[in-house]
Amino acid sequence: MRYLPKSDSDRHQMLQEIGVPDTDALFSHIPAEYRLKRDLKVPRQMGESEIVDYFRARSSEMVAGYGIMLGAGVYYHYRPVVIDAVVSRGEFLTSYTPYQAEITQGTLQAIFEFQTMICELTGMEVSNASLYDGSTGVAEAAMMAVRVTGRSETVIARSVHPEYREVLRTYSQHQGMPIHEVDFSEHGRVDLKALDAAITDQTACVLIQSPNFFGTIEDVAAIAEIAHKKGALLIVSIAEALSLGIVKPPVEADIVTMEAQSFGVAPSFGGPHVGVLATRERFVRQMPGRLVGQTVDKQGKRGFVLTLSTREQHIRREKATSNICTNQGLVALMATVYMELMGREGLKELAIQNLAKTNYAVEQFGKNAKVLFPGSPRFNEFVIQSGVDPLEISCKLAGQKIVGGLPLKKFYPELGNASLWCCTEMVSKEQIDAAAKAVAQ
Amino acid sequence: MNEHIKKVRQNTSQNEGLIFERSSPGKRGYRLAPLDVPEVDPAQLLGNAVREDLGNMPEVSEFEVLRHFTRLSTWNYAIDLGMYPLGSCTMKYNPRVNEAVARMEGIANAHPYLPEALAQGTLRIMRDLSDALIEITGMDAITLQPAAGAHGEMTGIMMVRAYFDSKKERRKKILIPDSAHGTNPATAAICGFEVENLRSNHRGMVDVSALASQMSGDIAALMLTNPNTLGIFEEDIHKIADLMHEKGGLLYMDGANMNALVGKVRPGDFGVDVMHLNLHKTFSTPHGGGGPGSGPVAIKKVLEPFLPTPVIYSKQDGTLALDYDRPQSIGRVKAFYGNFGMFVRALAYILANGPDGLRQTTEDAVMNANYIRKKLEGSYDLPYQAPSMHEVVFSHRLQSPKGVKTGDIAKRLIDYGFHPYTTAFPLIVADHGAIMIEPTESEPKEELDLFIDAMRNIAKEAQESPETILNAPHLARVERLDEVTANRKPVLRWKKP
Repeated sequence: MRYLPKSDSDRHQMLQEIGVPDTDALFSHIPAEYRLKRDLKVPRQMGESEIVDYFRARSSEMVAGYGIMLGAGVYYHYRPVVIDAVVSRGEFLTSYTPYQAEITQGTLQAIFEFQTMICELTGMEVSNASLYDGSTGVAEAAMMAVRVTGRSETVIARSVHPEYREVLRTYSQHQGMPIHEVDFSEHGRVDLKALDAAITDQTACVLIQSPNFFGTIEDVAAIAEIAHKKGALLIVSIAEALSLGIVKPPVEADIVTMEAQSFGVAPSFGGPHVGVLATRERFVRQMPGRLVGQTVDKQGKRGFVLTLSTREQHIRREKATSNICTNQGLVALMATVYMELMGREGLKELAIQNLAKTNYAVEQFGKNAKVLFPGSPRFNEFVIQSGVDPLEISCKLAGQKIVGGLPLKKFYPELGNASLWCCTEMVSKEQIDAAAKAVAQ
Repeated sequence: MNEHIKKVRQNTSQNEGLIFERSSPGKRGYRLAPLDVPEVDPAQLLGNAVREDLGNMPEVSEFEVLRHFTRLSTWNYAIDLGMYPLGSCTMKYNPRVNEAVARMEGIANAHPYLPEALAQGTLRIMRDLSDALIEITGMDAITLQPAAGAHGEMTGIMMVRAYFDSKKERRKKILIPDSAHGTNPATAAICGFEVENLRSNHRGMVDVSALASQMSGDIAALMLTNPNTLGIFEEDIHKIADLMHEKGGLLYMDGANMNALVGKVRPGDFGVDVMHLNLHKTFSTPHGGGGPGSGPVAIKKVLEPFLPTPVIYSKQDGTLALDYDRPQSIGRVKAFYGNFGMFVRALAYILANGPDGLRQTTEDAVMNANYIRKKLEGSYDLPYQAPSMHEVVFSHRLQSPKGVKTGDIAKRLIDYGFHPYTTAFPLIVADHGAIMIEPTESEPKEELDLFIDAMRNIAKEAQESPETILNAPHLARVERLDEVTANRKPVLRWKKP
């Protein structure tokens, strides 16, 4: 086996030094009835070229080279090649969680830069080193709000990603954390009156997403006022991180939880992506996940360490702020490289391109179908209502190498034949025109 | 003081500041394609939601970014540089073909909401990996959704909870041995269970008589790591499973140490009802400086109705599809289907090994640990004498009279060119002095011999010149860092001076 660096004579010599006759002797203390006496039924050992062939065949069953107009929490943005050049370095790829600070300063400094940029972009004061993704970030943020306020309930907008809400429900079901959902208005934004009515003196947090699942930007300031008036925290979830290039950050929030997949991370059929949680300095000791802090060594040289670990499970055990341990290290590094390459100007320029493509698409689609939630500001997604089932439109477009929008019936049956479309910089004008035409037929 | 160091010699490394300290207006690391649709006025489209500027985000050129990270990378230790004897972490070789296939366009660019007809390739990868993992564990079904080991634990224990809820039984407690990883009790708490501690016996194994007296109708499950965190196989595992099952409880296995079992023993065969795997340990997906992980949960038939949604299935025409209609499901634990990119890598690893390679891998991993045990016995105290599987746990009892603790020995290993072993647990080793070593199968004899030589030298130093160890590391880029100040006055981000 080519990954195993031993010759038979190495093995023979080592067994001799251990003082056992053969390998089986090393397993002889395991009760015999549990020892497997046959080969595992898995495919036979393959050569590297065969492995490549297997995955090439799987890859060819997918839609390489298509124009993708799906968003809904996973976005097609261009990934600069420098990202993979960096994360393919074995020193990053094959390093462990940086508990041993003296020999992991590279990873630690990169995370410190990640935390800094997340703060700059979100308007928050502190950020953690990452969480699994945007969906679990929502659950972790709600649990954190419960710890901070000593209250138990969460009021969440129905315009938050439906799968994020499902994850919150799963996490909260055994923790005495009731969840209340608040509907959206005809503008595709949180119904403020309903929100106001839903908040009680037991509400730990109001949880919204902006841009929300429909691509619409919420009135964060107004929602913050309603939440804060009743002593609840405001949590803002961001699924499309690139929006922060041109959309005002939710500075009124107490906790921001974000999915940063848009920052140079491949869609990869839904993961690994990278969640992150940012908040106010005064809540730092209630945050979940790892944190990197700056300090000095004995010579006074700047260095970085994992810090505030008394919040974490290896010390606090059942009283920890979260059970999260391994998180999304390398994916956070991808996002770090991306944010540094694009920087202050690039993120803005790219966000404006997304805005322009989407604005153009809304105009074109609007000629042939009803675009829902008019009048509300949006980033790079929009919802249309068509005469026919959106799946029919998708089938038509597949022939033109375009993947159409996401049918919403499963999540929002009341919206009928609605579908959610996304236009990033990767979708061409021709593809938008073709899709707008298909919607009409 | 460093004449015995054989594996490494000192080397210069480049200094590199924070990227923000290189930033200056006008530098750029990107160039976009020209816009092919009419330009827009963001202020007009977004109204008062428009952003004015991006604060102190950096402005640097592409080459500066590349050089920045290349320099930072040289400050890291990594498996690619040498042995990582971290116990219970399984730091093995991360094959590069895994990385290549995960980046194939159809795979890397697959959107999770592609219509099923256009996603047969990725669904097939999930199915093939699921089948292989079910066979390897000896279980009946699996979910790949959890994003890491701790997430898998949560998923598994929630399924345990749902199982008892479905039978209208309200069991309040989870039993956890004192040798367990800290994520186990944290997980039980999230699932609304109380934690009851289970003592280990003098051999470092579950005390079966204690279990017999503690097990009751109030206990939902026992969370067991097998081999346990001392690297010891629970020889009474069948009695343990029987004791749990007799009183209607379930046996959960933390699969962190599965690298000791693959191809040799199957947890499903010795009575485990639910377990998680760590693809980033046993199945060679990279640790990446702290993730991404992947923590599939394999289960016995009785738990199948409670699997997270969606579940993959074959349609009559042979194509694959996702089933969302599962009324007894615990719900979703993550958006989409899990850390799919890790599934690709784990499957590539299994295909590269085949049944013979997987078995040989386990045998080599166990042999390497036993070789280290044999060679270090005498230099270090071995608190538990039971046979070792893939890892061996010593203690610092012979060194601590000189004031040298496990953490100090670990830091001194850095000077010898090795990553430290695990020091933080298991907590049952006397006064927390654990020296927990897991070499994995990936180490050639030469590297093991260098490691043994380093550990023996450090043992000698502990007697002759303990201060050398207490101030280690001496040869790293930075000396021991001031963690107390970092903790007391946290500086968690750069700020413009």
